[in-house]
Amino acid sequence: MTIVHNRQIANQIFEMTFTGELVSKMTEPGQFLHIRVGDQVIPLLRRPISICDVDLEEKRCTILYRAEGEGTKLLSNKRVGDSLDVLGPLGNGFPLHSVVEGETAILIGGGIGIPPLYYLSKQLVQRNVRVKHILGFATRKDAFYVNKFEQLGETAVTTIDGSLGYQGFVTDYVNHENPAFDVLFTCGPTQMMKAIEEQMNPNRGYYSFEERMGCGIGACFACVCPVKNDSTGHEYRKVCSDGPVFPQGVIQL
Amino acid sequence: MSKLAIQLPGLSMKNPIMPASGCFGFGREFADLYNLNQLGAIAIKATTEEMRFGNPTPRVAETPGGMLNAIGLQNPGLENVINKELPFLSEYDVPILANIAGTKTEDYVRVAEQVSKAPNVTAIELNISCPNVKEGGISFGTDPNIAAALTKAVKEASEVPVYVKLSPNVSDITEIAVAVEQAGADGLSMINTLLGMRIDLKSEKPVIANRTGGLSGPAIKPVAIRMIYEVSQRVSIPIIGMGGIHSAEDVLEYFLAGASAVAVGTANFVNPYVCPEIIEELHEIMSEKRIDHISDLIGRSWKSCYSPSLSR
Repeated sequence: MTIVHNRQIANQIFEMTFTGELVSKMTEPGQFLHIRVGDQVIPLLRRPISICDVDLEEKRCTILYRAEGEGTKLLSNKRVGDSLDVLGPLGNGFPLHSVVEGETAILIGGGIGIPPLYYLSKQLVQRNVRVKHILGFATRKDAFYVNKFEQLGETAVTTIDGSLGYQGFVTDYVNHENPAFDVLFTCGPTQMMKAIEEQMNPNRGYYSFEERMGCGIGACFACVCPVKNDSTGHEYRKVCSDGPVFPQGVIQL
Repeated sequence: MSKLAIQLPGLSMKNPIMPASGCFGFGREFADLYNLNQLGAIAIKATTEEMRFGNPTPRVAETPGGMLNAIGLQNPGLENVINKELPFLSEYDVPILANIAGTKTEDYVRVAEQVSKAPNVTAIELNISCPNVKEGGISFGTDPNIAAALTKAVKEASEVPVYVKLSPNVSDITEIAVAVEQAGADGLSMINTLLGMRIDLKSEKPVIANRTGGLSGPAIKPVAIRMIYEVSQRVSIPIIGMGGIHSAEDVLEYFLAGASAVAVGTANFVNPYVCPEIIEELHEIMSEKRIDHISDLIGRSWKSCYSPSLSR
């Protein structure tokens, strides 16, 4: 894959677009790419990064990432024209068929959990689904893609310090506004998703999980999570290959 | 015969490359990516009698040139391995090295007895060196007498040759190697991971939920090479070498140290196509270096120390 652009769009947040034949397979929102950030053995492992947007005609794919660790900092130094070793698209994304024309989907994201919701929202809008977004950031400086989400549907923003939008967490906003919806899609810290489930108690909900990964394809068993109400202690799912998106009630939040 | 073919007890390999146990699951994920028939053998994930969930997450952490893992022998259990995983692998013409684990000698014996009857299991790899489980695992691999007794018991139960996977977390690995050879081991696998740890600067706590993990990857290659160099001079059974192999050159280095085949572990996570790529690369590098057969290299680093030209 060849990098088309790589620029900072918020505090530590970078937007990278690249092009290549692999893009034609990126039709499912919520899937991720496993990216090798360097040619040497430091850092050794690939980095799983969710797909934020895809232009199938132009064969372009966009990812957003937080340049925080060694690997993502290296990624932020990549330049236009550099090639990128990308594996994917991997995992199971958000099921588009779970919501039908005329229904309302609520998309709730926290921080770097927000990017996969953008491609999801675009595809839902194309299917004539009404979308509502609730995007949670730490501060105004951390916020990104607010305008882009606003172009697709009703968008509420929350910041912990109140420097942009509603002051508080996404759950504080939900508690206050009690928005109506048919299906919930969410991605962010597990604690956030847990609080959302407890407050909103959706009939239909889909959660995208994050866990430290090894292989990204289901072979190493690093990124497992326990299933809900399993008394045996043996049942698990792999975030990389069974997820990262799971229907409500499958995973222990 | 092909320049790369290797014959070891129970393992008739087209080439000396196999994915290492724990780094390849039961092959299904990689079978979607390439034809497994290209591999010399496959070491399947450690199998215990009962299904195991393993350790809490996070289970992996990155280190310079390596990774720490504490998966904790998660596996679907003996019955599922025999009824679901091994039949899937039998579609391929590849010998299977079944890695087995347990908490007591009797567990190992029962697993060995049953798994060795599976038609495509041609050898067993006795896991006495997993650093990530509280009972069993490494506790069997650090005392020569206990390791020998377990090897003997498993040898008696197994219908196929037995390789013992040694732990590097001991003061003298040759002692254990000699003990298990005398107890009847048909071969050795070495090395398992090195016990390690990382602390997170923000939380000031260990990064891995299990606190400690097993270090693998290129960072441990010099340790493995040294240990194979030492052990291969003390035993007459073959050694499957492993630890940080990423390239054909790494494979040649392992052979020179004294290995007769190699297993590729962590590199499968970095590049899932690494095994077939190394095999292709090996053909090229052997032609370049005019090596007639890869077995010519086994232990040549120490054998040449005693050659007349050097001893004068």
